Amino acid sequence: MTAWLIASGIGVLTATGTWLLLRARTFDVPLGLTLLSYAVNLFIVAMGRVGPGVPAIVRAGVPPSLAHYADPLPQALALTAIVISFAMTALLLALALKARFVNDSDLCDAPVDDASPAQDVDPAPGRVGSFAR
Amino acid sequence: MLHALVLLPFAIAAAVALLPNTARNATAWLAGLTALAGCALLGVAAPAVFAGDVLRASVPWFAGVAFGFRMDGLAFTFALIVCAIGALVVLYARYYLAAEDPPARFFAYLLAFMGAMLGVVLADNLVLLAVFWELTSITSFLLIGFWRYRADARAGARMALAVTGGGGLCLVAGVLLVGHIVGSYDLDRVLAAGPAIRAHSLYAPALVLVLLGAFTKSAQWPFHFWLPNAMAAPTPVSAYLHSATMVKCGVFLLARLWPALGGSDLWFYVVGGTGLVTLAFGAYVAIFQQDLKGLLAYSTISHLGLITLLFGLDTPLAVVAGVFHVLNHAAFKASLFMAAGIVDHETGSRDMRQLNGLWSAMPITATLAMVASGAMAGVPLVNGFLSKEMFFTEALAVDAHRAVEIVVPVVAMVAAAFGVAYSVRFVHDVFFNGQPVGLSRTPHEPPRWMRIPVEVLVVVCLAVGIFPAVTVGPLLAVAAASALHGPLPEYSLALWHGVNLPLAMSVIATVAGTGFYFLLQKALDLHTVPRLPLDGKRVFDAIMAGAQALAERVVRMLPHGSLPRSMAWIVAVAIAAAAWPIAETGFGGASVAQTPGGPDAGVGLIGWIIWSLGIAAALAATLRYRQRLTALVFVGAAGLMVSLAFVLLAAPDLALTQLLVEVVTVVLMMLVLHFLPQTAPPELQGWRKICDAGIALAAGVGIALIVQAVLARPADPISPYYLEHALPAGGGTNVVNVVIVDFRGFDTLGEIAVLGIAALIVHALLAGFRVPASFRPDTPVPGWNPLLVKVVARTLLPLAAMVAVYLLLRGHNLPGGGFIAGLVLASAMILIRVAGGSALPPATRFVHPVAIGAGVLVAGVTGLGSAALGYPFLTSAFGHPVLPVVGEVPLASAALFDLGVFLTVVGATMLTLLSPGVLAAAPAAVARTEGA
Repeated sequence: MTAWLIASGIGVLTATGTWLLLRARTFDVPLGLTLLSYAVNLFIVAMGRVGPGVPAIVRAGVPPSLAHYADPLPQALALTAIVISFAMTALLLALALKARFVNDSDLCDAPVDDASPAQDVDPAPGRVGSFAR
Repeated sequence: MLHALVLLPFAIAAAVALLPNTARNATAWLAGLTALAGCALLGVAAPAVFAGDVLRASVPWFAGVAFGFRMDGLAFTFALIVCAIGALVVLYARYYLAAEDPPARFFAYLLAFMGAMLGVVLADNLVLLAVFWELTSITSFLLIGFWRYRADARAGARMALAVTGGGGLCLVAGVLLVGHIVGSYDLDRVLAAGPAIRAHSLYAPALVLVLLGAFTKSAQWPFHFWLPNAMAAPTPVSAYLHSATMVKCGVFLLARLWPALGGSDLWFYVVGGTGLVTLAFGAYVAIFQQDLKGLLAYSTISHLGLITLLFGLDTPLAVVAGVFHVLNHAAFKASLFMAAGIVDHETGSRDMRQLNGLWSAMPITATLAMVASGAMAGVPLVNGFLSKEMFFTEALAVDAHRAVEIVVPVVAMVAAAFGVAYSVRFVHDVFFNGQPVGLSRTPHEPPRWMRIPVEVLVVVCLAVGIFPAVTVGPLLAVAAASALHGPLPEYSLALWHGVNLPLAMSVIATVAGTGFYFLLQKALDLHTVPRLPLDGKRVFDAIMAGAQALAERVVRMLPHGSLPRSMAWIVAVAIAAAAWPIAETGFGGASVAQTPGGPDAGVGLIGWIIWSLGIAAALAATLRYRQRLTALVFVGAAGLMVSLAFVLLAAPDLALTQLLVEVVTVVLMMLVLHFLPQTAPPELQGWRKICDAGIALAAGVGIALIVQAVLARPADPISPYYLEHALPAGGGTNVVNVVIVDFRGFDTLGEIAVLGIAALIVHALLAGFRVPASFRPDTPVPGWNPLLVKVVARTLLPLAAMVAVYLLLRGHNLPGGGFIAGLVLASAMILIRVAGGSALPPATRFVHPVAIGAGVLVAGVTGLGSAALGYPFLTSAFGHPVLPVVGEVPLASAALFDLGVFLTVVGATMLTLLSPGVLAAAPAAVARTEGA
């Protein structure tokens, strides 16, 4: 049952993350990427199997084997992955921020026919940050 | 010693590059002494090499490939050419370079090239040879483009790199094939495995790939065209790289690998045929050049073709002649280039339509050039004559199809006649034939020292030409013997062999060539001949333009400019790639061999709650994605559930990291959201939503199935090693942390570097960026900085700092460590920032990049420390000293490494979060911050 819980959890995070990643506006992309990185980090840890549920902190008297501790290697890999995905998310956000002002739009999708450049009216019916256009 | 010989030029190159450009003499002295030191080292090695020994020196490198060098006669000879001509070229260049040319850059490149070239000839295995081979291409590129403000220099450099670099890639592929056939890249084993290689089914592709490398490097037709265009380089470079040494790499490779790859019909026809065509083509085209260096370049192509043809003839005597001609050509062509450079230097022109009658102005240079031209044409008493006679002998001795036996000597003689023709033109057109036309300077003799290198080389040409057996005999014998990798054939080095067919051919060629030149001059006035219609440069340019157009067409076919559509393709391809093997073999028998403890242990009701909340949050974020703040909150909630899941999965370090990253991510997203629309408009194309949902569903279901399948299998990981060795070898009980800072410290070093770089990019993107006026509020927004938050934040900071230090120190043994501690401190600092607006002094903007750099430096230096003590990079040392008050502190050098991680994480996180924060501050606040 645990395997099913983990598998379905990762599946849902992947699906939602992917769907957001495919949206046409900049802010949704880092949002989707964040969900996707949750899925990936869980996936890496899950590759170490579920194990005995004991953190990999060696204690005296307990033999250092996978029978008594969780697998430390995927955890170490996932830990740095979490931090790196933060850095990448930050990079995307910075790009989104700058693109908004440079392109005058938060679209990251090109028109289908390529004939005309992106024509987009800033969707600012209400409050846009604290700045009104 | 061999290592010193190769690495010394690189080391001095680095030193020279650091010298100021005003130190003209210092740079030249350093470079010249380096070349002389190389000669001295070769002198030390000489007795052993002449005794027939092979010197070897090797240190392990990677994957069974050694960083090793071996010196036999052939390598010795080439190394001698590189060092000796290198020293002369340095002396020459000292006077050739103009006052405004940066000498530090020039000599640094030149020395780096010298080292690369020595690496090529001395490498003891094919992989190392290929590495140095590419280095010669790169240094050649830099030297051709030395006058970077000149368009022709840039274009020539690019073309040379494209052709020789591309050939180098072919060589790498060929080397890999040879290594695959032999089972080793080691030169000794490869040379001994000749019959096995020729019998192998992969022989033909391996040979063709290696030959592509050799032919491009040695400017063989049809890859010759880069060499004339490389004449945009300063003339010392042309003399050194593009006549004496680098272009000899290709023929060196032919000589080097002849025992392994030669001796087949394929070799005979491909190498011999290419050489024959190049020999005749280069000689013919050279006659019609107007540029002095262009003539010499095509002449070089022709002579390289001659050498290639000799190696292609595939007989031991031909190999001897080939090696001999390499030596001779290096001497006379380098001196000719230097003479051409002197003419250019003292007249301001290289155009033979302007240069005439310089005999009266520079008689000494003219005499030197005439002797060297004699060697180029192959007249008696000069060295070129001897190797040409040997060449004719071999051309006549060809034993193949009847037609081939006729064609080779005839073409050889015709090409020799052309060679005489362009040599005569070089002398007659420049030093006689009327008066100079429209020169910008009054020609005169060059500085004394600039002529010395030419004089030395011309003396060598004469000495070899008159007393060959005494001067060059022993050197040629050891070089040829090691090229043959077997016994030396009978040959005699002498000026006079009696009246025989080769001599007759020489006489005919000389008379016919001279006659042909004066006939051409009379009949069509060579000065008016336009450029040849079929120019390799034009073909090359057309190919490049075609490749560009093709790339543009392909790009137009792809969904460019649209991130979602590109993403959809990537995800779809990833799904297909994952589904393919599963569709073929299925998930396999799901034989559930439970790991101890069972997959169902440890997860009860809490697991279900976390699962439900996490899934609900993720779905909610997706469904409400148009309300961005709401979606962000839901994503944060999902992240919290993920960190709780890590707790359940017995990963406390991960849980802590995820929790803290979640905090800073949400803060950062809110900062950014401040500048973006709060809501997204409804999507117009409903079908795209459905299409995307299909892709997303496929991805999610696929991943879930894979996880399910993996978890149903027993694991056989490498992790027990880490569990067992964490305490005894790493000195820590928290295995995850020990893995991060010790076992896999190199990965971590790379990762914090990436983190730092990403933060610096964010900073670079946003620093100094001013929000356009249209987005600015009409009136500054009053800051919302409630007192309560301010007070809490200030109280929290020291506490958080303490917790961070605690987490950092204990990280090796309990959950914690540099990443977590850094995030804790950064979170507290960012709370201050959120609470107080722009309360931090502006100095902090510089602190963070410094912290990033310092962190990477500390981590890297810690690793180097272990390397300095003789352990592998990043080996950790540890002890448990007892400090007063604090008590026992587990002190591993890994803790220092973790400190580096900590510094980088703090710096990177703060820099990232503050960058949009600077935009967020109202203009007035920004001004105040900057003014403070």
